[in-house]
Amino acid sequence: MADLSIDFAGIRSPNPFWLASAPPANSGEQVMRAFDAGWGGAVWKTLGDPIVNVSSRFGAVDYAGQKVMGFNNIELITDRGLEVNLREIREVKKRYPKHAVIASLMTETKEDWKVLIRRCEDAGVDGLELNFGCPHGMCERGMGSSVGQEPKLLQEITAWTKEFAKTPVLVKLTPNIGDILDPGIAAVKGGADGLSLINTIKSIIGVDLNRLVPEPRVGNASTNGGYCGPAVKPIAMHMVASLARDPEVTIPISGIGGISNWRDAAEFIALGSTSVQVCTAVMHYGFRIVEDMIDGLSNYLDEQGMTSVRQLVGRAIPGFREWGDLDLGYQIVAKIDANKCIGCQLCVAACQDGAHQCIFTGPNDQQRPPHAHYPGTATAPRPQILGTVAGDRVPWVDEPECVGCNLCALVCPVPGCITMQETATETGDTWNRRVQEGRDKIPGGIHE
Amino acid sequence: MKSVLPQRRDELQLKDKKPLYSAAEARAEADRCLYCQDAPCIKACPTEIDIPTFIKKIATDNVRGSAKTIFEQNLLGYSCARVCPVEVLCVGACVYNAWHREPIQIGRLQRYATEKATEAGKPVLFTPAPPTGKRVALIGAGPASLACAGYLALEGHAAVIFEKRPFAGGLNTTGIAPYKLHVEDALHEVEWVQALGVEITTGMELGKDVFGKDLLRDYDAVYLGVGLGEDTKLRIPGEDGDGVYGATAWIERMKLTPTSERKLGRVLVIGGGNTAIDVARECALLGATEVTMVYRRDAASMSGYAHEMEGARKEGVRLVTRATPVAFERDAQGKLTGLKVTVDGAEQVLPCDMVALAIGQSKMHAIAAEFPGVELDARGCIVADPANGATGNAKVFSGGDCINGGKEVVNAVADGRNTARYLNQAWK
Repeated sequence: MADLSIDFAGIRSPNPFWLASAPPANSGEQVMRAFDAGWGGAVWKTLGDPIVNVSSRFGAVDYAGQKVMGFNNIELITDRGLEVNLREIREVKKRYPKHAVIASLMTETKEDWKVLIRRCEDAGVDGLELNFGCPHGMCERGMGSSVGQEPKLLQEITAWTKEFAKTPVLVKLTPNIGDILDPGIAAVKGGADGLSLINTIKSIIGVDLNRLVPEPRVGNASTNGGYCGPAVKPIAMHMVASLARDPEVTIPISGIGGISNWRDAAEFIALGSTSVQVCTAVMHYGFRIVEDMIDGLSNYLDEQGMTSVRQLVGRAIPGFREWGDLDLGYQIVAKIDANKCIGCQLCVAACQDGAHQCIFTGPNDQQRPPHAHYPGTATAPRPQILGTVAGDRVPWVDEPECVGCNLCALVCPVPGCITMQETATETGDTWNRRVQEGRDKIPGGIHE
Repeated sequence: MKSVLPQRRDELQLKDKKPLYSAAEARAEADRCLYCQDAPCIKACPTEIDIPTFIKKIATDNVRGSAKTIFEQNLLGYSCARVCPVEVLCVGACVYNAWHREPIQIGRLQRYATEKATEAGKPVLFTPAPPTGKRVALIGAGPASLACAGYLALEGHAAVIFEKRPFAGGLNTTGIAPYKLHVEDALHEVEWVQALGVEITTGMELGKDVFGKDLLRDYDAVYLGVGLGEDTKLRIPGEDGDGVYGATAWIERMKLTPTSERKLGRVLVIGGGNTAIDVARECALLGATEVTMVYRRDAASMSGYAHEMEGARKEGVRLVTRATPVAFERDAQGKLTGLKVTVDGAEQVLPCDMVALAIGQSKMHAIAAEFPGVELDARGCIVADPANGATGNAKVFSGGDCINGGKEVVNAVADGRNTARYLNQAWK
């Protein structure tokens, strides 16, 4: 059984699963129940001067019967008094000394940061997370993402906090920026001990088409909120990996963004996260989801022959290349398993309309695809597909024309029916190499 | 004058087998549809409704658009959604069957879209074109005529239906099993078609109240959607008298006349087709003490659908095969007591209080005689081109059961629609 414990810039946690600073980490009672369920740490809902919230404040995107693919909120930081929160933090640390409790903080002046940090550390927190990410409400007041979008300001405030802090300082970044490296490196330069990302993405989640008011509706109006949930995971992973790849970023990363299960967590960890923070999935299903996250990650590590979660951190980073370094000679083609095909022909629609016109139906459907930019190859004969369930509805692939784009396999509803099979392995011929060797111009360009 | 439906009718005891979906149920089911390319369900539908498209529109909450997609191909999509044998048509062709997964419930989705979009108070779905001056008379107000008239009306042609019964709707009104469609639902659909501009006159019988020669003179075309005639009789001893009914006559009585106090008792249904199964099932559901279908060949030769027979068996219907009726037995007062049959040559008596004869319906020789050039085939069906309904008389067209000998409502709708399209094209 693999060791799931982590050490994040000196913050110890029995496993990498933390509650993100959000409604699930709003009170001591919740955090203690979360720890009982198995969560390794919690980033307390952001402390500062208590605010007044609006009603309603959450919105969701459902897709094809799946609830809450995307989620947004226009809630602000804690609406509870500082003293109440600190008393509960003290209680939690007393009862759960081995779990990580991190205070998320947001305030304005240097003096306020000093007071806030001192009081939190006095309450016993294991670390601090500076909320430079919130994209609604607080940024208009000069906090949250308005700091995260100004690398110089971010660096300066980070440096202030480092003057005062005895515990590790994590900087939570906003994705609402051109290049995540700018604030990320600014945080490193400001002395941060770790990075957390992503915070939510500025968003309008929907429009009530009867009232013609955006959602979530507050009376007869709404405002932009912060987008999160499963839908944002690819964006978050890209940003985490960007920082993890950068040689200047030598501090650990806490990955956030649409993590709902152990697979999501393992992907974030493989892309360089040391811990992962979860919010939307908990808001959807409750603290209990961590049981499978722990169990699934542990089983995965065992099956991979890894003895600790630390061994997984960043393991997928070497597999990331710039586009120009990808192998141009590698080739795959689509193969349809006629015995699994149910004849829906979604692959035909996708290939004909959305890809490269190389999947056909019917024996007389052989035609030269209009796409072909490699002239000369003959259309492949239609393979025999007798005795299958879908019969004549089984499509066939003109393999010499298949560019291996993957679309058919992605849209096929039957697992394992369409597979992409290698026809040429890596050759080392890359775009960058072609440029170096002067082979980068191919026929059909502007200057012909 | 509009006829009034009795408040208490036997059919109202029988509730929907497949009730209307809620919006959430419809969305959930619609979301399962794969949206197949060149979908097999479309090809399995006699009216070729663009099924994946109408389902997709339910999934996006475009119920109005969904209903229009259905009605553009099948004007009676409302009743077809409930009465079509989807198990052997669209649902039977669903690719999920090949994956051993539950096929999409196309009929129920179609019912949801058509029923929701034609609810009282909803905006009209179609606006008829300006009048063209062309006039069509249609005989019989069943599905073939209704579809034909509706599509003609939408193109601006005047469509006038003559129906001999007090109610329009044909078999949809008089003959569909009540757990699929009640009379008021069939009449709701008739009213919906009328609202497209179709004129319907009931109580008008051809050869008695209206005459072929007048119609041929006064109209640009005549459409015969007359269905089938009276139930066929066995012509064996004891048949005449109380307790022996034609199946369609019995169903019509149950659907349209006031509930009688009489108990059904032991029922025999003669025949192996879908009408036989329907009437057997209905009798069982209405509380008959015992229902037995009597069929002259073996079960595999029955023309009724297996899924319908399965449903009847679940209601307690028994089946006696290889049995040939010989004579009805009656007591001294003339009350029916039994049916003598031969089973594999041996005689036996099946005791009963009622018998329904579902062995076919007679053909309409009198109708054809009204129109010179219109011919009947050997089965007694009107000879018509299946593509457009054209008969031996250039002005007369026909479709539905009277040309095919008795098929599904959806086939009648396809016939009527095709004739309307043909005439509209010809008159452009």
